[in-house]
Amino acid sequence: MQEMLKEYDVIIIGGGITGAGTARDCALRGLKVLLIERRDIADGATGRNHGLLHSGARYAVKDGESARECIVENRILRRIAPHCIEDTQGLFITLPEDEETGYGLDYQKKFIEACRTAGIEAEAMDPREAIRWEPSVNPRLIGAVKVPDGSVDPFKLCAANVLDARLHGADILTYTEVLSLVKEDDTVRGVRVRDSRTGETAEYHARVTVNAAGIWGQAIVQMAGARIAMFPAKGALLVFAHRVNNVVINRCRKSADGDILVPGDTVTVIGTTSTKIPFEACDDLHVTPDEVELLLREGSQLCPALASTRILRAYAGVRPLVASDDDPTGRSISRGIVCLDHATRDGIEGFVTITGGKLMTYRLMAEMATDTVCAKLGVAVPCATATTPLPRTIERDFPAGSPDGMLVCECENVTLGEIRSAVARFDIHSLADLRRRTRIGMGTCQGTYCIRKAAAALAEAQGRPADAERLAREYLDERWKGMMPVGWGDTLREMEFMQKVFKAGAPSTFK
Amino acid sequence: MQKRNISPNNFEQCVKCAICTDFCPVLKVLPDYPGPKHAGPDGERLRLKNALFFDSNLKYCLNCKRCEVVCPSGVRIADIIHSARDRYGDIHPSLRDRMLANTDAMGSLATPFAPVVNGTLGLGVTKSVMDGVLKIDHRRTFPKYTGRKFTSWFRREAASLQDAYFRQVSYFHGCYVNYNYPQLGKDFVRVMNALGYGVQLLDKEKCCGVAMMSGGMFDAARRNARINLASVASAAKEGRVTLTTSSTCTLTMREEYPGVLGIDNEMVREDILLAVRFIYEAIEKGEAKVAFRPDFKARAAYHVPCHQEKLGWGLFTRALMELIPGMELVPLDSNCCGIAGTYGFKKENYERSQQIGQALFDDIARVGPDYVICECETCKWQIEMSTGVEVRNPISVLAEALDLPATAALNQRTNFALKEVQS
Repeated sequence: MQEMLKEYDVIIIGGGITGAGTARDCALRGLKVLLIERRDIADGATGRNHGLLHSGARYAVKDGESARECIVENRILRRIAPHCIEDTQGLFITLPEDEETGYGLDYQKKFIEACRTAGIEAEAMDPREAIRWEPSVNPRLIGAVKVPDGSVDPFKLCAANVLDARLHGADILTYTEVLSLVKEDDTVRGVRVRDSRTGETAEYHARVTVNAAGIWGQAIVQMAGARIAMFPAKGALLVFAHRVNNVVINRCRKSADGDILVPGDTVTVIGTTSTKIPFEACDDLHVTPDEVELLLREGSQLCPALASTRILRAYAGVRPLVASDDDPTGRSISRGIVCLDHATRDGIEGFVTITGGKLMTYRLMAEMATDTVCAKLGVAVPCATATTPLPRTIERDFPAGSPDGMLVCECENVTLGEIRSAVARFDIHSLADLRRRTRIGMGTCQGTYCIRKAAAALAEAQGRPADAERLAREYLDERWKGMMPVGWGDTLREMEFMQKVFKAGAPSTFK
Repeated sequence: MQKRNISPNNFEQCVKCAICTDFCPVLKVLPDYPGPKHAGPDGERLRLKNALFFDSNLKYCLNCKRCEVVCPSGVRIADIIHSARDRYGDIHPSLRDRMLANTDAMGSLATPFAPVVNGTLGLGVTKSVMDGVLKIDHRRTFPKYTGRKFTSWFRREAASLQDAYFRQVSYFHGCYVNYNYPQLGKDFVRVMNALGYGVQLLDKEKCCGVAMMSGGMFDAARRNARINLASVASAAKEGRVTLTTSSTCTLTMREEYPGVLGIDNEMVREDILLAVRFIYEAIEKGEAKVAFRPDFKARAAYHVPCHQEKLGWGLFTRALMELIPGMELVPLDSNCCGIAGTYGFKKENYERSQQIGQALFDDIARVGPDYVICECETCKWQIEMSTGVEVRNPISVLAEALDLPATAALNQRTNFALKEVQS
């Protein structure tokens, strides 16, 4: 079933934020780009984090360089992607017990100093004023520092990058898995892929191939005949059912589990944990009861209301950390950006790996990767992503009363028009894909109320109305997985209601 | 782990079954209204994210609380909608809204001039001026003001006789009894006296505030709430429960003070009771005895007002009325009459108000009763205006059905004869 050969300047593997950003940067510099993603864009670690727009303050004491990178990118993102960002600001709070562990008010002084050195505005705030500003904060606090944190919608940010890449000529292939790299001697010439829905294979050639596959990039490097030791660190998070706080709340101490509370859109997210997991586990993450308990316990220290707020679901992602080359045990971990030109590292031409880093620094990572690609191709166009605004991902303003203005998801206020707009602009195959573009089914009912409507709308837009029931079931299966770890109280009631409503149609989980 | 994950405003306990949407009387006649689920729990999540999600259509909520009655998850949907109007709404009450809301002030102004005011309010020219200038619908019949307030009557005719009774209750008469229909208050005093209870007024009584809340004057309502609760508390301290004859005043003081106004009433909540419930329970426990007139005969329909539905106390009224020999009681289907206090007076709501009430009006016409029994004064205005059938408070029915001297004799526990209040 071969073989539609097409020639590109650069092929980018991975439709997460790093790959999307790199595709956009390359496209803006006039390269002919192909972006390949095995599932949907923003399906991996990009869609499984806090959605925190770091000010960099978290890293200021320990890692000044990361802190500087963060604050610079923070300011850039506010300019180029205001529609993906909420300027919530952030607090770093000190609790009385922090004095005993050496993270009391003396540490706060050091923290403010380090922030300022890194170029981050950090201002001590009177605890009473902090309570007035963010009433949900733990009232026992003895110190507070205000920093320019925010929240970012990673789904939207990633989609905006993909869309802009396409607007600048890039081809995007989702649900396309890389089977192997096409190699001639020591040069990577392209990729062999398989369409995961049709099973059809194809080969695409390019002068440079960029591996931006995150944790899964370890396998891509192996395909090239080299090796990289990734360090899969799972991070679990809990989503609370409504927006409890309006300001990001951090703990002013050494980074630990469950010490960041981020308000994002209609919800609040507490995270994270950090556990090394076997590489094979990366594709099927489960949140454990211990992780849930730890996050609740620590979260309630930041914001006591969490102890009595309904938890919507739990989820986990894998940080694409890189172990140092000379340390196969993985003990010495870098959280920094790793951009590898495999020509100089391994003697493999036409192959670049961009990994490590974080959502916050995706643009900088993309710039570094694209600079490396351009150097190889002899292209001298400078990077413009720091100043070029990102487009809106889908159309959102549909007048109430018009057919497009009809509400489909009442929890998240998603209209039929938004669904149609998302289907028109993006490659959408499932309701989970649609959720990442529109927030459909992300609210309190987790799709119970709206998912049949959404499924019908999607199936109709795709011209396959008979698919609606299957789409709905797949979606609910996936929602169920996230509700299981927090299945008590009202979430349990919601699950039972979901079961009752869908028993007749019986999604596989409910049989 | 989480022992109790009930958030204060409990909107996230909603499981989206949408049964509230099905029972909303507004949605049936106004399809553009977002409906209780979307205006309440769904909307609240969105408003917490951004106040711009506040939808001015929330003003069409009747606050009938039928959504709360049917909600299997105990979500205080109408309270959420009401509170949202307080917190997010850009509310500038008009002169009309202020007039409709300030029942105390208007009543005090009108009472001395009652014949003139009543005559004037009934005039076509007045109605067209009110309609044009104030946007109070001209088709609406105004409740009449009384020439002598209930409290004036009570102080002169009844107060001095009350201390003789061996047990005591307090009476929250409400604006309607005081300014419009003192007869209900008089009936209440006579019934309670016959049952062996002396009646005292509260130290200070203000309008419960329901009209202020629907007019958007939440702070004014809070001031009244604090005064009323303090009075109920001081009565309770002296061992007196506070009885009412209006289901709406009762619901407001019991449920909306904490739910909408955010005022804690936990200490005195159970001291505020509708008289029908108190009386039925006293009879059932044998604390009060009753003797009925043998010649009483009536065929009455019982309309459970929305706020009585919410209290869940319609059963007490029904049971009490069914104690009366000679009473044929026909319970009506549960429907909102559509007036919702001052809502139906507003010109922009008149048509909708009548459409909502139509099912109830039809039901009453079908039954064809001698009169309708109902604990709510605004339902009374609406039903009388729209059907021509008289509406009576169950306490007034009781006053008529009881053989008062015989009942008083059964409940007498003093050595001297008690004087009956003359009304």
